[in-house]
Amino acid sequence: MKRVFLMLLVVSLIISGVTSVYGAETIKVGLITPLTGPIATFGQSVEKGVRMAVDEINAKGGVLGMKIELFVEDNQAKAEESANIARKFIEQNKVVAILGPVISSNTLAAAPIAQQSKVPLLSPTATNPRVTQVGNYIFRACFVDDFQGTVMARFARTGLGKRLNTAAILYEKTSDYSIGLAKYFKETFISLGGKIVAEESFSSGDQDFSAQLTKIKGKNPDVLYVPSYYDTAGLIIKQARELGINVPILGGDGFDSPQLAELAGKENLKNCYFSGHFFAGSKSPEVRTFVANYKKRYNAVPDMLAALGYDAVYMLADAIKRAGKVDRDAIRDALANTKNLKLVTGTITLDENRNPKKSAVIVGFDSNGNQVYKTTVNPPKK
Amino acid sequence: MITEIFQQIINGIALGSIYALIALGYTMVYGILRLINFAHGDIYMVGAYAGYFAIASFKWGILPSFIFAMLICAMLGMSIERFAYRPLRLRNAPRIAALTTAIGVSFLLENLGIIFWTPTPRAFPQIIPLKIYQGIYERFGIIVNNRQLVIISVSIALMLLLQFIVNKTKIGMAMRAVSFDRETAWMMGVNIDYVISFTFAIGSMLAAAGGVLVGIYFNRIDPLMGVMPGVKAFVAAVLGGIGIIPGAMVGGFILGIAEILVSAFIASSYRDAIAFAILIIILLVKPSGIFGTATREKV
Repeated sequence: MKRVFLMLLVVSLIISGVTSVYGAETIKVGLITPLTGPIATFGQSVEKGVRMAVDEINAKGGVLGMKIELFVEDNQAKAEESANIARKFIEQNKVVAILGPVISSNTLAAAPIAQQSKVPLLSPTATNPRVTQVGNYIFRACFVDDFQGTVMARFARTGLGKRLNTAAILYEKTSDYSIGLAKYFKETFISLGGKIVAEESFSSGDQDFSAQLTKIKGKNPDVLYVPSYYDTAGLIIKQARELGINVPILGGDGFDSPQLAELAGKENLKNCYFSGHFFAGSKSPEVRTFVANYKKRYNAVPDMLAALGYDAVYMLADAIKRAGKVDRDAIRDALANTKNLKLVTGTITLDENRNPKKSAVIVGFDSNGNQVYKTTVNPPKK
Repeated sequence: MITEIFQQIINGIALGSIYALIALGYTMVYGILRLINFAHGDIYMVGAYAGYFAIASFKWGILPSFIFAMLICAMLGMSIERFAYRPLRLRNAPRIAALTTAIGVSFLLENLGIIFWTPTPRAFPQIIPLKIYQGIYERFGIIVNNRQLVIISVSIALMLLLQFIVNKTKIGMAMRAVSFDRETAWMMGVNIDYVISFTFAIGSMLAAAGGVLVGIYFNRIDPLMGVMPGVKAFVAAVLGGIGIIPGAMVGGFILGIAEILVSAFIASSYRDAIAFAILIIILLVKPSGIFGTATREKV
């Protein structure tokens, strides 16, 4: 019996030795994304975008003559899972870079681990400013919440035909993303001469918002800002409309999911707008090729999360190419120097805080709950 | 301001009747068995999914879907009793063992739900079209919709039905006898296992009704939807005096209204904290709950 075990051990050692030698031929990249859980459509879209980009790059011969080997793990949108997966990717899979996690609070849990182990982590979609403040190995492919909040506040003041003077905010007090957006919206709205008449909050997992909404209704705001993900935003929009709150409802990129219309009810999405990273109907050649290829592959129109996931891979590939070698530190340095990189969601230049400067689109809805393009807002030139 | 207070109280009653629906099942099982069935909140979740599949996949109407969900949950409740609780009861296991098993069953159901139905929330089919009563709105400035009325009236109706079953029927008499003194009831020829099975079936059916109603009301179901309402319903049952059927109802309403009023007039960030503080104070003043008597326990 003992001998059998010994032999098994030897065989498995040989096999693992062989695979690790073989593994050196590829560029190992890990993707942490919520494939299930409350915001599963986000994670699935990111995964689709990432896989498509990886396959495209590999089909063209890979980067530096090596193929990208992708590991994907589902974090169920949980912070602790994100941290565990990051650790697993670094220690077991020995990845050179991590893509994801998708939402800010998850990224904030995984980022310190990547930073400690000096593995570059590039979140396609985490918009909270604190994410890249974790350290110099943490990057993102999307704009930051202060920009997003600012854009929506400005849109509320000037973009809807008439000037809206009073706003109410309903945010999730347990979400970094939601708190951040609420803060920047409020600051900008006030600095533009508007007034915040109500600021209400709720906890994650709440389903009943009638108390907060009734209170907001009593204050009669011209516009309601709901910086929340689609799973709760859908319920809030529905309950707000049912309580007779018919003013415009604005949100952030968290609204971007086909499930929003299901949860809120199509008819309730009238007069709702959100700030996003990308619009599939755009005329730019990059977007058109991307949308066409995505449709061919998945038979669906890509949302902005798919586009950002796709872009994150190209951002990383570009950095590896410029680094000239598959080395975590060299890739970090190259990523930090990303300049004028033309991608689907816009031209990316990273600032000194490793945040991209890029434009936002504002998206509304038609009567069938389909997204319609409203306008594009460029980043402030400093 | 007055209209806002009234609107908030209506919101509170609607929320409270959800807690009350779940609390009824808790309180009944406790009343008969002295067992806190922590899996109750998860049976409610299974009920919501059963209703979802009946409506969305089988394309059934509202009534058949309701009955389907209730039957599925009755079977689930009975099998949980048969396989998880009865073996312990027959071995005279201490009460803490049954409680621990209940918690285990709760986690089992939640995780089976995650495996089979994925943790992704689903939008519940809008089978009852929303109707807002315009007349009431124009006259009083208060918005009431038909779903709120349905949820409130169904929970009151189910409470009355339960009262009737427990107090006026033969099986109800057997339930009360088992609750009062299990051994004597057995010696008098009451089939204890049957009575307890029946209790679980009824309790789970109530939970299923709650699940379907909540699915319609909030339009969103997920495998962990039973956790928070389960805890709150349990608190509501204790608040009203656990084991007492009208107590569960009143406890649910008080909890719902307290939560809503705190979030409306104090601060929405302290909703649960303050609402639960109020409950602690009530229990300090009256430890056996609002309807509870300190010495006698009854159904």
